[in-house]
Amino acid sequence: MEKQNNKSITDRVWDLFASVKLAIVIFTIIASTSMVGTILEQQADPEKNVKVLSKMFGLGHDSAHSALKVLDSLGFTNMYHSWWFVTLLLLFCANLIICSIDRLPHIWKLAREHIQPLPPELLDKVAIKRSLTIKGKASGAKELSVAALLKLGFKPAEATSANGVQFYAEKGNYTRLGVYVTHLSLLVILAGAMIGLFFGFNAFLNLPEGETTSVAYKDRGTEVPLGFELRCDNFEVDYYGQGDMPKSYKSWLTVFKNGKEILKKSIVVNDPLTFEGITFYQSSYGKVPNSEGRGIIILRAVAANGTAQNIQAKVGDSFMIPGSSVQGRILDFSPALSVDPTGRYFSYDEMLKNPAIQVAFTGLKDGNYTGWILKRYPNSWNLPGGERLEFLDYWGVEYTGMQVRKDPGVFIVYLGCIIMALGLYVTFFMSHRRVWVQIAEDKGSTRITIAASAHRNKAAFENRIDKLVGILNAGSKGESK
Amino acid sequence: MNSSVFFGLSSVAYILAMILYIAYLAFRNNTVGITATIVTVAGFVSQTMAILIRWKEFAEIGNMGLLRGVPLTNLYESLIFFVWCLILAYLVIEFKYKTRSFGAFITPVAGLALAFIDISGMSKNIQPLVPALQSNWLLAHVMMSFIAYSMFAVSFSTGLMYLIVTTDDKKEPAYIFWTGMLSLFIIVLAAMGLDYLTFKLAVKSQEELIRSFLFKASFRSESGAVTALSFAVSAGLFFLIWRFGGILKKVIAGVNISADTLDDITYKSIAMGFPIFTLGGLIFGAIWADQAWGKYWTWDPKETWSLITWFFYAFYLHSRLMRGWKGKKVAIVAVLGFLAVIFTYLGVNLLLSGLHSYGSE
Repeated sequence: MEKQNNKSITDRVWDLFASVKLAIVIFTIIASTSMVGTILEQQADPEKNVKVLSKMFGLGHDSAHSALKVLDSLGFTNMYHSWWFVTLLLLFCANLIICSIDRLPHIWKLAREHIQPLPPELLDKVAIKRSLTIKGKASGAKELSVAALLKLGFKPAEATSANGVQFYAEKGNYTRLGVYVTHLSLLVILAGAMIGLFFGFNAFLNLPEGETTSVAYKDRGTEVPLGFELRCDNFEVDYYGQGDMPKSYKSWLTVFKNGKEILKKSIVVNDPLTFEGITFYQSSYGKVPNSEGRGIIILRAVAANGTAQNIQAKVGDSFMIPGSSVQGRILDFSPALSVDPTGRYFSYDEMLKNPAIQVAFTGLKDGNYTGWILKRYPNSWNLPGGERLEFLDYWGVEYTGMQVRKDPGVFIVYLGCIIMALGLYVTFFMSHRRVWVQIAEDKGSTRITIAASAHRNKAAFENRIDKLVGILNAGSKGESK
Repeated sequence: MNSSVFFGLSSVAYILAMILYIAYLAFRNNTVGITATIVTVAGFVSQTMAILIRWKEFAEIGNMGLLRGVPLTNLYESLIFFVWCLILAYLVIEFKYKTRSFGAFITPVAGLALAFIDISGMSKNIQPLVPALQSNWLLAHVMMSFIAYSMFAVSFSTGLMYLIVTTDDKKEPAYIFWTGMLSLFIIVLAAMGLDYLTFKLAVKSQEELIRSFLFKASFRSESGAVTALSFAVSAGLFFLIWRFGGILKKVIAGVNISADTLDDITYKSIAMGFPIFTLGGLIFGAIWADQAWGKYWTWDPKETWSLITWFFYAFYLHSRLMRGWKGKKVAIVAVLGFLAVIFTYLGVNLLLSGLHSYGSE
């Protein structure tokens, strides 16, 4: 925008916000400050960032500390929520809106303007030009041209002048607006994000197996009421094969409202539960503090003849295998059983990575037997006498960690994404295409001149025009036979 | 047949193709050119086989079907797929523009990526999918991101070539820019090579090497003399490239690619890559994050750097289409954009997480 002294301040501000220059400046500032934000860990323990700074710039601990203090006071340690970053984003929006409003009338006019026939001297000035001469009269060429244009998807209009006949047609006028659709989508997405910010919440919930809650927790422990109750029935980690690489984290949840059971669903990562606008995402798990020995061992005892019975027990409890004289007594429990080279058993982890119970059996056919029964190794379930003791679960000591979110803006964000995809497609892969075909008879042969233009992606349209020429050539040969 | 045999074959083919394309550029012998194309196509076919075989193995190990068990889950697999996309894009350009001259600029990128895999000894083992990656979005998100990355790699190569061809004056900013860029690439690669040679016995993996020992053998050495020497050598190298950059220009100018063609390819690959990156990289990524974590945008380093990359290319498109910037100015933006891509892809994982994980070590 050129400077003009007689302009009012409002006009100048408008011009500033309508300029692509400002957009570029804002792009640059957002991008470069964001870079700083990715180097410093956001909302983190200050010591961590002191380490980052001293490692990156070789600063001593004290100078790194003071450097961090400066960055902290400028908001760089929680940068994406700082007032100046949000202001930048708002400026970006304002720029986008005013830029679009400023240019829209002109583009709208271009899109609405209908194609006009061109006088021959102007045909030469159009970007794409082709010409060919065919035998025969103009009438044949006319029919041929109309058919060829229709085949390419154009609906030609006809104009007659002293120079002959001209067919002209256009397609995709409104594709000129594609870029505005893309800009609009950005605003829709940001609007959706705002709605989420003001009317939604992000919280977490660590829910032990068997417990019910009616609240989730925000940062610093603020309670958020759910409006219903949620119970964690069970939580389990599945592993690949016999290794410790987790395959899935799964929680079985039940929703209650006014004391009535409403629905049951199991959630895994990538498959959350949504109820009344609140969504629960599987995100972590852990051991309930001070829960040693409080877990319930769930077993299924199967007699040699197939009779089965479920058993719930604790360490120290005794039980009978149904329909037999076999008695078992649980001596010990390990959350993650392993064996060292000397043959001694030990627990290698606090988490339930390989739960096992040690059971002493009496009354077996061949006498007594004491052994480890492992949940993840069904081979260890078989007893010497043909009985089986299945270790199903160790229940009640784990909690499932869930992200809890309510975001009424997310659908608007998704809508914005769809609009953006459409806008980008129109902007980059379609264009406003115009074509003029001039037909003039000249001493027994007919000269066809084609002029065409596309406001974007000219080369692709040039290929289509070459196809048009091909059709005309082929058609004229067919006719002259 | 094992996939690694085919991967090996394709690596050899691409490195051979790189030599052939450079020889073609130097001698302009047609037989050499045709051989280069044949070798590249052979490498591409063999790599396609390798990827398909690995895909099948991968899906079988995780027992999760072909659409979910996509072998695009670690650095090794993603680099392989990046190279595949890049070679495909190159072959399309060679066929469409009927010129082999770009081969000498694009095959080295593929060759370097493969050399990086081998030198670094990164894990080639098939690791089953962790729960977060078990999603239908994996295929669309990662594949489209890498298709876009390879488009951007093409625009980087042609943008750099454009700058080489169009600059004469050694005092011109664009000339200083491209010689500086080229020096930077050589210096960084050489310094990383030096790290590897010095510390390879001390570390278990490439990730650890980069996280803990990056530039420790040169710029960040314990010894002040080594540090000073490294900077001096770098400055010297930059001076040499700056002084004799004209030779490179003569070589490229000799093979008849017009600057306009280069500019056109740069623009087209960005115009293709940008919407694909927006949709596959940012939008699908956000939808996936929303499903997995309940947050479609968290400003984590990977997301932020994708956005920075997106800004670079948005900048390119706006300055070109709206402000009518042509030629050198936008070529510089295209080259810088790809630096952002490299950082988004490799830097964030290797450097930033490295800095952050340092605290918890």
